[in-house]
Amino acid sequence: MKIKNTIFFSLISTFFLIFLISIWKILATLQGLSINSFNIEILFVFGFLISIAHLGIGNRIKSFYKLIIFSSLFIFCDGYLIQKLPIWYNIGVFFILYFFTNKISKYSFSGLKEEHSTQVILFDFLTLFGILFFSFVILFPFYMMLITSFKTQIALLVNPLDFSINFGQDIKDLFKSYFVIFKSYKFGKYILTSTVVSVGTVIITLLFAIPAAYAVARLNFFGKTFLSTSILIIYMFPAIVLVIPLYTIFSQLGLRNSIEGLLIVYTATTLPVAIYMLQGYFKSIPKELEEAAILDKLSWFGIITKIIIPLSIPAISSVALYVFMIAWNEFLFSLMFLDNPNSFTLSRAIQYLSGDAETPRQYLMAGSVVVTLPVLFIFVYFEKYLVSGLTAGSVKG
Amino acid sequence: MNDTLANIEKKTAYVLTLPAVLLVFAIILFPIFANVWISFKEVQLKDIRIPEPRAKKIIKSISDETSKIKILYKLRNSSLLQEIRDVTFQDKYPKNLKIENLDPRCDFKQFILKCDFGNWPAKYKENFQVIFETNDGSIIDKKELKSIKPKLYGKSDNILLNTKFTLKNFKKVLFENEFLDLLLTTFYYTFFGTVGSIVFGILTAQMVNQKFYGRTFMRSVLLFPYVAPVVALAYTWELLLDPNSGTLNSLLINYRIIETPINLLGQKYIEISILGFDFKLRLALTTVIMFEIWRYFPLAFLFILARLQAIPKELYEAADVDGASPFQKFFKITLPQITAVISILFMIRFIWNFNKFEDVFLLTGGASGTRTLPINVYQQGFAISDIGMGSAVSMVIVVLLLIFMFFYFRLLGKRVDEN
Repeated sequence: MKIKNTIFFSLISTFFLIFLISIWKILATLQGLSINSFNIEILFVFGFLISIAHLGIGNRIKSFYKLIIFSSLFIFCDGYLIQKLPIWYNIGVFFILYFFTNKISKYSFSGLKEEHSTQVILFDFLTLFGILFFSFVILFPFYMMLITSFKTQIALLVNPLDFSINFGQDIKDLFKSYFVIFKSYKFGKYILTSTVVSVGTVIITLLFAIPAAYAVARLNFFGKTFLSTSILIIYMFPAIVLVIPLYTIFSQLGLRNSIEGLLIVYTATTLPVAIYMLQGYFKSIPKELEEAAILDKLSWFGIITKIIIPLSIPAISSVALYVFMIAWNEFLFSLMFLDNPNSFTLSRAIQYLSGDAETPRQYLMAGSVVVTLPVLFIFVYFEKYLVSGLTAGSVKG
Repeated sequence: MNDTLANIEKKTAYVLTLPAVLLVFAIILFPIFANVWISFKEVQLKDIRIPEPRAKKIIKSISDETSKIKILYKLRNSSLLQEIRDVTFQDKYPKNLKIENLDPRCDFKQFILKCDFGNWPAKYKENFQVIFETNDGSIIDKKELKSIKPKLYGKSDNILLNTKFTLKNFKKVLFENEFLDLLLTTFYYTFFGTVGSIVFGILTAQMVNQKFYGRTFMRSVLLFPYVAPVVALAYTWELLLDPNSGTLNSLLINYRIIETPINLLGQKYIEISILGFDFKLRLALTTVIMFEIWRYFPLAFLFILARLQAIPKELYEAADVDGASPFQKFFKITLPQITAVISILFMIRFIWNFNKFEDVFLLTGGASGTRTLPINVYQQGFAISDIGMGSAVSMVIVVLLLIFMFFYFRLLGKRVDEN
């Protein structure tokens, strides 16, 4: 049992170490180092030896010395004997080993004897592995987007693996793609259009949604249940089904290529979500407040503006942020309704840019950074509001 | 008294909900009915523009005579297909002008020229010209003349409003166009995308539900793909997977894992042999599904995490006392607690993935075996310019969707009953 558990622990921790070093090697390759192999066999032997040695040594020497011994041995073999690699790479390896020995320091021979210890180990390492794996998989495309926007066409073609940026160069060269998209491709105008459309959608949606949500949450009227179920159903209805009839109607009314047209469509498509989210919150406001207000002879307008809105600022801001993000990210309707470059939104402009095969990719990526940054900024900054809203309303997407 | 109060309440409710209901009706419900109407018609993209009578005003000076001027109107029917009936024309002029040669179709009164041009057949063109002279021999101001635009009116048939119907579109959708293949691709895409995103959602939620340093940061990062604009993400992936100079292929070649680059988004099939069995994997479709999972697992993650955090701690403590292993705890406590949320998530994501258009459109444009039903709506309606066909395809989507929704609401109803 003890031997089996020891081998199991060593294997799992070894795989984890291999994973850590491999990610570091990929990142190092992308900085221009020529690493052509992961040397998995050597990593495996070393990882296994380190894990066994860790268990064998136990607490007999301080963990700091243990770390020094392990990492210097490891670095000497991996970073020096097999392939001479620069010092910063080895410093990175040192930190990885520091992290690794820290993680395995809580396991010892006596711990391995406990019940379910293999499962506990597996769970622990899977969690660690998962966190790192998902961070890498999610952040890598964003990292690539950002880096590519700072490169030149030639650099991208010569060595697609070189992600290093020369910060020593002139600021004008570094941000060249951004200057170009703002100057030659009128991205300033598109940002303005996108902002006007998104903010406009938020305002109109709230104007329509707050009274309606209040009625659904509080008042009794014929057709109330029907209304609240239809909200749910409409909210599930796909945009692709609306595209053709809306296109024909808008063409005949001359609403295509206009901001008004987009505003109308965005408002209508976000209204059900907004009403659904708001009425849920309105229901949680104590009724007594309104009853007092009715005694004070306040009209429904007064009740909404003086009681409901001040009390539900968090919910309203979460709906507002949400609707803003939906409108900002929206692509399908802007693709269908806008074909005149003067009325493009950001998303549509980037798609238009990519339609020309000659457009250098760094411009495309610079455009992508421009459209992504505001959304990510809003999301990270207001995360608390947004996450509660996401689970409450589950935004369409 | 009570009755009137209830009446006031009712009235208020209708006033409050009316604007929202009307807007949603006009932009969402009405188009759905319009879709049914259009799907039974033979309409091309070029037919939907209503024919208009148009006139281009050109002002020409006549040499040696500054007090005289020639105005040329280039008249035409904007439609190449339909005639316009009873075209009337109207234009205004400055007060000091008099007309020289009046066309018999026209009438000049109070400095307004009115003409009845009768019917214009399709593609009709005419150069209509009038000559004016000033009363007092003064020089004519061309700018003023140019600033006034002529007005034209005419009647024409709107092809969308006549009552000619046909079943041709549906016949074409169901029996031509490899309908079965289309349906199958859509189901693969929807099913695997949904299952994948839920599986990853469970894994990540389980992960983030444990205590570790940087947990809130991790939660934000996991949601990035879901909140970022699809356009930016799709083009980044395209660049990442590019066969010629994409990062992924370059990395794989650099580490000698593959020898020649793989065109992950442009290759329909790839042959894989496992244990002597040869499989043909739909490569581009798989890549698109991967993107789909990558982009939408955060939603599943968020829902499941919220549910996990609501599970009472006592359950796990009791399990610890009984000596349950981590796997037992996961399968016996956690999983049963989240099945409700998973089944609802499955339905929501299934319906939404079924209608997903942007992701596939931006990544492959529907090429190399990734043509799903929504992509087909776009292709029929706008690439082939057959609006009627596009509508018919989207009707198929609506019908399938109604079936899914029926099941979804039955499921939802069951859950409500259980609680």
